[in-house]
Amino acid sequence: MNSSQIIELDSKKPLLIDPDRPIYLDYQATTPVDPQVLEQMLPYLTHDFGNAASRSHAYGWTAEKAVDKARQQVADAIHADPREVVWTSGATESTNLALKGAAHFYSGKGKHIITLRTEHKATLDTCRQLEREGFEVTYLEVQEDGLVDLKAFEAAIRPDTIVASVLFVNNEIGVIQPMAEIGRILRAHKVLFHVDAAQALGKVPVDVEAIQADMMSLSGHKMYGPKGIGALYVRRKPRVRVEAQVHGGGHERGMRSGTLPTHQIVGMGAAAELAVQLMDSDAQRIGKLRDRLLKGIQERVEETYINGSMEHRVPHNLNISFAFVEGESLIMALKEIAVSSGSACTSASLEPSYVLRALGKSDELAHSSIRFGIGRFTTEAEIDATIELIAGKVGKLRELSPLWEMHQEGIDLNSIQWAAH
Amino acid sequence: MAYSEKVIDHYENPRNVGAMNKEDGGVGTGMVGAPACGDVMRLQIKVNAQGIIEDAKFKTYGCGSAIASSSLVTEWVKGKTLDEAMTIKNSHIAEELELPPVKIHCSVLAEDAIKAAVEDYRSKQGAAQSSQGGEAVSAQVAH
Repeated sequence: MNSSQIIELDSKKPLLIDPDRPIYLDYQATTPVDPQVLEQMLPYLTHDFGNAASRSHAYGWTAEKAVDKARQQVADAIHADPREVVWTSGATESTNLALKGAAHFYSGKGKHIITLRTEHKATLDTCRQLEREGFEVTYLEVQEDGLVDLKAFEAAIRPDTIVASVLFVNNEIGVIQPMAEIGRILRAHKVLFHVDAAQALGKVPVDVEAIQADMMSLSGHKMYGPKGIGALYVRRKPRVRVEAQVHGGGHERGMRSGTLPTHQIVGMGAAAELAVQLMDSDAQRIGKLRDRLLKGIQERVEETYINGSMEHRVPHNLNISFAFVEGESLIMALKEIAVSSGSACTSASLEPSYVLRALGKSDELAHSSIRFGIGRFTTEAEIDATIELIAGKVGKLRELSPLWEMHQEGIDLNSIQWAAH
Repeated sequence: MAYSEKVIDHYENPRNVGAMNKEDGGVGTGMVGAPACGDVMRLQIKVNAQGIIEDAKFKTYGCGSAIASSSLVTEWVKGKTLDEAMTIKNSHIAEELELPPVKIHCSVLAEDAIKAAVEDYRSKQGAAQSSQGGEAVSAQVAH
């Protein structure tokens, strides 16, 4: 058999599927560019290569027209005005611009920021930097299901709170925060609301009016667009001001300088439009695959624990802990599937996932968690193969595990005094 | 993370997986690590009348390097005297398995497991000699 085969998808261009590569179930890490999106991007790399800032000739006008169209596509996807969309290099930059930009601009009004312990690092690390600059940050606990307690959220607001930042859909556990309620609370207290919607667009309806967002970070590559492009929504009515973090040329109405990458922007616009178009059909198909995966695992493997609410969750994510096996060895055993582990051993630090720890999970369960990210190109055959692999490999690792043996013998592992190291 | 071929080999074909009777006076059991830290190793040695380790078994909860380190030491301690086994250093294990710096702790744990198993065996023998037999196995050793 050929080492690779071409399969036709719904889209016009074929996607290369290589049977020698692992099954891709890491769609929350990144997604492939949809062939329909790629097709629209390509002309802007070669024939239509102009600089959108060139006002004096047709090359520039063509690029500007393409950028304007994409800006409209992204604005439409989140129910915003195109003048409220600022292009950035990705959601991390968007979040930096939103939080640093607003904190700096409104520092005369107050010094306090609110966020959640389960936010993406782009938010947490930006907040840490703002703390170093003299701002105060409240990192709110979440409940066992990963959702924020609204009463606790409101209680955290102080007279000097200037901005709050909440992750719409969590990247690790896929839970959906009650954004409309949070937006209402913040608006009532006149606190700016930044929403990290990198994992949300294309998975749940995103409407800046419905949730009263003041700023919103978006990413291209999480929704079948290219990497290296993102956007920040900045509300015009009532007007929200952010201080620029990148200077030089005054692009994007002074909020973010730098020549616009036309092809990337076209890709992000096309991806946003497609994401909204396909949201319902994707969610329905992916939801069936997720349910099949969960049922298959639960039927075949005992002592599994789901992390995060199943009720308030996107169907694209399943995060499960396998008790008595360690996460990194599980990832190693599962080399035929590309997934992420809640154990950060892989990134040279031995810390278990801070998100799972925030849910009150023990270090052991946090270490042994696997995030399955299901996406637009996942097939039923891939899900079935995954169930087989999981059942076999977890069984094999448990045979190796002294903890599993002790559990089988009825020993309560919590009753043992483990020597810390 | 890229693992060395030796780690992958031990991980995929672990040697001497299993359990021995902890109550057997000729068996020394060392269990080190903690679930919260992501690795627990249990090494058991069977020592004959001549003081030679004639068999070794392990079970490990941990990453691939931890599994490989414990699998490797079961091979290494077999046929050694207790004193010889005690000379096995984490650096030998790390070198043999080509462990990257972030995985050195796995080899440290394996060295600790050997020491704990030997100490357990010796304490049992000491207890037996002072005709106190039947002393409970101390499975936990700080390191």
